[in-house]
Amino acid sequence: MIWILDITMLFFLVVCAIAAISIKDLLSAIIILSAYSLIMAVVWVEMHSVDVGFTEAAVGAGITTVLFIATLARTEGRSED
Amino acid sequence: MTGIVDIVYAEYNYWIYVTLMMIGFYAMIAKKNLIKKIIGANIFQTAIFLFYISLADITGGTAPILVGGHGGEHVEHAADVIYTNPVPHVLILTAIVVSVSTTAVALALIIRIYNEYGSLDEDVILAARKSLQPEFSEYARQKDVAEVNHQ
Repeated sequence: MIWILDITMLFFLVVCAIAAISIKDLLSAIIILSAYSLIMAVVWVEMHSVDVGFTEAAVGAGITTVLFIATLARTEGRSED
Repeated sequence: MTGIVDIVYAEYNYWIYVTLMMIGFYAMIAKKNLIKKIIGANIFQTAIFLFYISLADITGGTAPILVGGHGGEHVEHAADVIYTNPVPHVLILTAIVVSVSTTAVALALIIRIYNEYGSLDEDVILAARKSLQPEFSEYARQKDVAEVNHQ
């Protein structure tokens, strides 16, 4: 475990989580959530959990984002909070 | 005092996991927009996954793939290798798939709610429900029409 890489990634993880829930434009929030998932995948690969890492990169950052954007196309893209 | 510093420093993954979990929990409770609530649920889930993966990691360990298993040149050192625990990895692999399924069901329900009420805001939906009482839903209206036609 490379601890400086680990701490940097975990810091960006918290920043992305706070940004994803506080931003008002929902498309931006979803894209930030996708970046969050990708950083999480990097953290897991770095902790020697390679299978979970690339499943998260494919499923968490890929399919979840597609599902969210498909929902957004059928509803409204603006949030009040 | 050094004990506390040691705990904070040595187990920083756990502190981050608790922080992320509370961020997700706050979004699920306090945000009015339904999509924001689902985003919070996703953050909550991945925080729990992070906890499990941190639990499995061993200092000096390597990925749980058999060293020399394919008959390479390092077979003689294979017994000295430390692997990280693969059991939590398998659990979380299943949990990721479940997490995507629950997200998909929740988003399908959100599309249905939007078609019914024309909004994703919790307050607007609750106000619409109150003003349309007692028979507010599409299903109840259709049932009413069907009963009237039947009579």
